[in-house]
Amino acid sequence: MGVAMMDKKFVSNIVENDEYIFNIEDFNLWYGSNQAIYGVNLTIPKNKITAVIGPSGCGKSTLLKTLNRMNDMIPGVKTSGQILYQDQDIFRKKQMVEELRTQVGMVFQKPNPFPKSIYENIAYGPRIHGIKKKKILDEIVEKSLRGAAIWDEVKDRLNQNAYSLSGGQQQRVCIARCLAIEPNVLLMDEPTSALDPISTLKIEELIKDLKDKYTIIIVTHNMQQAARISDKTAFMLNGELVEFTDTDTLFSNPKDKRTEDYITGRFG
Amino acid sequence: MAARGQFQVELDKIKILIIELAHGAEKSLSQAVEALYNSDLELAKEVIAYDKLLDKKDLEINETAILLIAKQQPVASDLRRLIVAIRISSDLERMADNAKNIAKSTIHLGKDHGIKIHSELKDMRDIALKMIDLSIKAYENEDITLARKLAELDDLVDGMYSKILTELLEETATDPQKIQHIMQMAFSGRYIERFGDHATNIGENIMYLVKGESFNLN
Repeated sequence: MGVAMMDKKFVSNIVENDEYIFNIEDFNLWYGSNQAIYGVNLTIPKNKITAVIGPSGCGKSTLLKTLNRMNDMIPGVKTSGQILYQDQDIFRKKQMVEELRTQVGMVFQKPNPFPKSIYENIAYGPRIHGIKKKKILDEIVEKSLRGAAIWDEVKDRLNQNAYSLSGGQQQRVCIARCLAIEPNVLLMDEPTSALDPISTLKIEELIKDLKDKYTIIIVTHNMQQAARISDKTAFMLNGELVEFTDTDTLFSNPKDKRTEDYITGRFG
Repeated sequence: MAARGQFQVELDKIKILIIELAHGAEKSLSQAVEALYNSDLELAKEVIAYDKLLDKKDLEINETAILLIAKQQPVASDLRRLIVAIRISSDLERMADNAKNIAKSTIHLGKDHGIKIHSELKDMRDIALKMIDLSIKAYENEDITLARKLAELDDLVDGMYSKILTELLEETATDPQKIQHIMQMAFSGRYIERFGDHATNIGENIMYLVKGESFNLN
């Protein structure tokens, strides 16, 4: 109890000057009888890029997926503690999961466009939300593709199948698809691990541009990527949050020896 | 540890090179002051020639460290270890340069200059040698307690240098025709004093390496 209280104080001190969007309090998660997350306390600042790093199986993807309740679909998942999104408990009975996922979008490791035209990939979400007018949809498609820095590359072939694009382009279309429904938060689970270095850098530039409008939480195995693009970094190990601080501090002078050992490649 | 075994081997290699360079700078100062006292021009020439080898070693350390940064993309203490290696190597190279400059002064003074060589210069040298020894032990063991001691010794060397300088100034007043020679003596004192400053810089670098923050020991 004492340690949990101290952790909470430690974490909230870090973001005292920032507005936060998620407040995770003493959060635990089990897959059946296996506990995957232990007592995590973490506040995610708004309009910043927060990176979550840690070795495979440390619980970072699980934590990310929990933020828009993607884990609901996995049988046997049990949680305790609280996750507040804009001060509202995301597990409360009244929470509409679809509404949460509209506001908290997700970009996956492998680009997963729909097997449809580029245009339809973007227009699909807004259409489901009831937008029918072609003119408005056109505007959304252009704005979203521009927002994902891919408009100039695809504007002349919007009716082509999205699969005809390169991996990096497909990933940016997927980001545009997220932007089309105007979320507040973008969750990114290893968004560049399937991409070549140039496409990776393009996505990284895009992520940095997006932070003015969106809060971005990115899980990455690429530590240099976390160091390059994020404002804050959380290091997780064996389901616990070991350290959460400014990215500059974490990569230059981490406080916890386990963080130091991980980022310097001593284990993991 | 096995995950970065090769990297560790390379880091250890740089450490060995730095210790070798430190011993080189130590030897240079010791011989340079010896040559000054004995007006041993041959030994002074040896010190000057030896400096080229030390310059090469400094370059080797720099190149190895830069290559490691490029290839291994180190972070945190590993990155500091390499940055500090580059800085310490540069300090050691400058220390050896100071020794070389004393050797040059010796040659400038020539064989029969008839100038009294202050015994304090030898005392300064002894403390400067103690400082380089301490700084390199501190580096080898990443020991900040040893690093801190350098500040006290540096004050001692600075004080001795001031005293020598005052005395030499008086001599210029009483013996103005020897001003050229007296200046060489003053330069030599200054070179030893700078040698001590660089040793103190090494101490500061070790504190940065261990603590991750900058310190001023001067």
